[in-house]
Amino acid sequence: MTAQFPALGLILLFPALGFLFNIFLGNRSGRSAVNIVGPGVIFAAFVTAVLAFFRLHALPSGSALTVTLWPWIHAGRFQADIALQVDALSALMILIVTGVGALIHVYSVGYMAHDEDFARYFAYLNLFELSMLILVLANNLLLMFMGWEGVGLCSYLLISFWYTDTKNAYAGRKAFVVNRIGDAGFLLGMFTIVSALGAHGIWSLDFSVLRENVGQLAPATATIAAVLLFVGATGKSAQIPLYVWLPDAMAGPTPVSALIHAATMVTAGVYMVARMHFLYMLAPTAMELVATIGALTAIYAASIALVQPDIKKVLAYSTISQLGYMFLGVGVGAFSAGLFHVMTHAFFKALLFLCAGSVIHSLGGEQDMNKMGDLRKHLPITYATMLIATLAISALPPFAGFFSKDQILEAAYNSGHTKLWILGIITAAMTSFYMFRLIFMTFHGYSRVEADKLEHIHESPPTMTIPLLILAGLAIVGGFVGLPDGVLWGDKIGAFLAPSVGEFVPVLHGSYAMLTGVSLGLAILGIVLAWYFYLKAPGMPYLIAYQAQSAYELLLNKYYVDDLYNTLVTRPLFWISTFVLGRVIDSFMIDGLVNGAGLTVETGGRMSRRIETGNVQQYAFVYVLGVLAIVAYYLYLVTH
Amino acid sequence: MIVSYSWLMGLSAAIFTIGVAGVLLRRNILVMFMSIELMLNAVNLAFVTLARRMGSMDGQVIVFFVMTVAAAEAAVGLAIIISIFRTRETVNADELNLMKW
Repeated sequence: MTAQFPALGLILLFPALGFLFNIFLGNRSGRSAVNIVGPGVIFAAFVTAVLAFFRLHALPSGSALTVTLWPWIHAGRFQADIALQVDALSALMILIVTGVGALIHVYSVGYMAHDEDFARYFAYLNLFELSMLILVLANNLLLMFMGWEGVGLCSYLLISFWYTDTKNAYAGRKAFVVNRIGDAGFLLGMFTIVSALGAHGIWSLDFSVLRENVGQLAPATATIAAVLLFVGATGKSAQIPLYVWLPDAMAGPTPVSALIHAATMVTAGVYMVARMHFLYMLAPTAMELVATIGALTAIYAASIALVQPDIKKVLAYSTISQLGYMFLGVGVGAFSAGLFHVMTHAFFKALLFLCAGSVIHSLGGEQDMNKMGDLRKHLPITYATMLIATLAISALPPFAGFFSKDQILEAAYNSGHTKLWILGIITAAMTSFYMFRLIFMTFHGYSRVEADKLEHIHESPPTMTIPLLILAGLAIVGGFVGLPDGVLWGDKIGAFLAPSVGEFVPVLHGSYAMLTGVSLGLAILGIVLAWYFYLKAPGMPYLIAYQAQSAYELLLNKYYVDDLYNTLVTRPLFWISTFVLGRVIDSFMIDGLVNGAGLTVETGGRMSRRIETGNVQQYAFVYVLGVLAIVAYYLYLVTH
Repeated sequence: MIVSYSWLMGLSAAIFTIGVAGVLLRRNILVMFMSIELMLNAVNLAFVTLARRMGSMDGQVIVFFVMTVAAAEAAVGLAIIISIFRTRETVNADELNLMKW
């Protein structure tokens, strides 16, 4: 059952107004106006989203709220409208996007307090919220793609926000280009679906229409479409092989990393796969691919995070790793588990980034963990909240991450993917290790802070700490909506999402106690190792790094994948651009054509102007010749 | 004795040719100017000859127009030549070549 709910338009209108105000009037209106409008519009959108959620909740399960704002593309028989829809899946997403988004906007007020360009910052942030909301509210694949591109643009704008530093501009460009590669896959996937369904007379990309008619796709077509769409997801959600942009994206302001590159945008790929779950269910090969890529990305990124010295880089690789978990979840068919992890991850990862931002802010921009240590006395709130987030991501009960990660690992095991499950639990151990390494290096031990920064260390202002406290609360209780089946109210969120994304059908029935026990045991092992390495025997990491130098270097240099891409893709492309396209085609052929045309006219002019001698008798002579020619012509006519 | 029309046309053509040759070959613009008058008169001769031959007055009327125009042209042309001579101190057509590239 669907119900009209025109207020959905407001969810988009508020951020749009905020964007327009901030970009055009922001600088003139001053900092305090921007500080109110920027977060205010997102709060307004959040309130509307909550209203929509309750309206949806009052309807029978499986309902959706819809509104068609205006007709968009009516080309031949193909139709796509600017139409919004909120079902369980979208409701969850808009709550995360506006809720976490609003908190991060508030945090930004404090974080950007010393930045001159606050109006541009909030304008971009509002525009991002608008695009992300279009992405999750769209009722058809094409409008979703518009939001998909919009968030990519905002991501680019915000990564290179401090564009005067060339490094940041490069990082933004890298993110943009890598995302473009993924988007090409997304587009091709859409084309495949349109052309295949068009052959059956179905000219629409509406999710509801697709869901009804997806059965008409041949299995091979479904697989191709699903894999192509997943290529788009690997770009946006930073999975192997297109993950390389996310670590560099940390060049942007830290709240941006929290909002875009941890909590919301990067989960768009997971959302898309869940939204198209009916297509993926038809394509088991594509599902296997999604799950395998997810598990591999999870362990791969986690292993890099083990040795990174930069606090934000650790969190970036941790994000990639957690996104891998989500894809593992949706790939094995547990769509609601993947989305549950999207939600809890949004809470604790946003919190981790914001805490890291608080640390960086208090140290005047220092990001190297080797120059931190013993900060817990100086930053008590940051320390407490970050510890909560770390416990959550390490999946210790009763924190949020425990329930969602367990659901995913359980589903991986119960769907018969034992190998992927093993990768998953090893990743769990790595996760708790590198996260506690981060905590110990930053907040414990002895201080390695540079002397001139030591005296300036201060806890962040309330605009920054209050969002931290709220998110910490969510990181503690957020998991309770998805308890294991049979415990108290059970898997509420799974039941809520089931009409939108289907239910997980287990093949095996592993013992819950065994599965949880193993992952919990490994998580605790990781913590103990981190404690031993970084607090008990701080010399150990150096010793190991020295003894296993090649392995250490391999991890520190991120498996040399960036260099590999450089050699295999970027350099050849640069070479082709410079020498073939630049020198041969552009300089030689195109410039040659243009210059040649110019030169011909110029030479022709230079030659022919010699005729104009200025001598009146020569002109008269030519004139007489002409007369004679005409006379001769008429004589010829007369005589013949 | 009645001169035949072809002789008259031939004379007209000869005078015209002399005029053309004068304009093309002489360097003195005064002489070139006189050669132009020669050509005009050759044309006048052709007009009256043909008017008579065809028994029409049109040709004779046009001759009057030509003479009027020639008189006006002579006045303007001579004024220009005098003006040129005053500024350039020459009437040699080869040296009056400012109107070029």
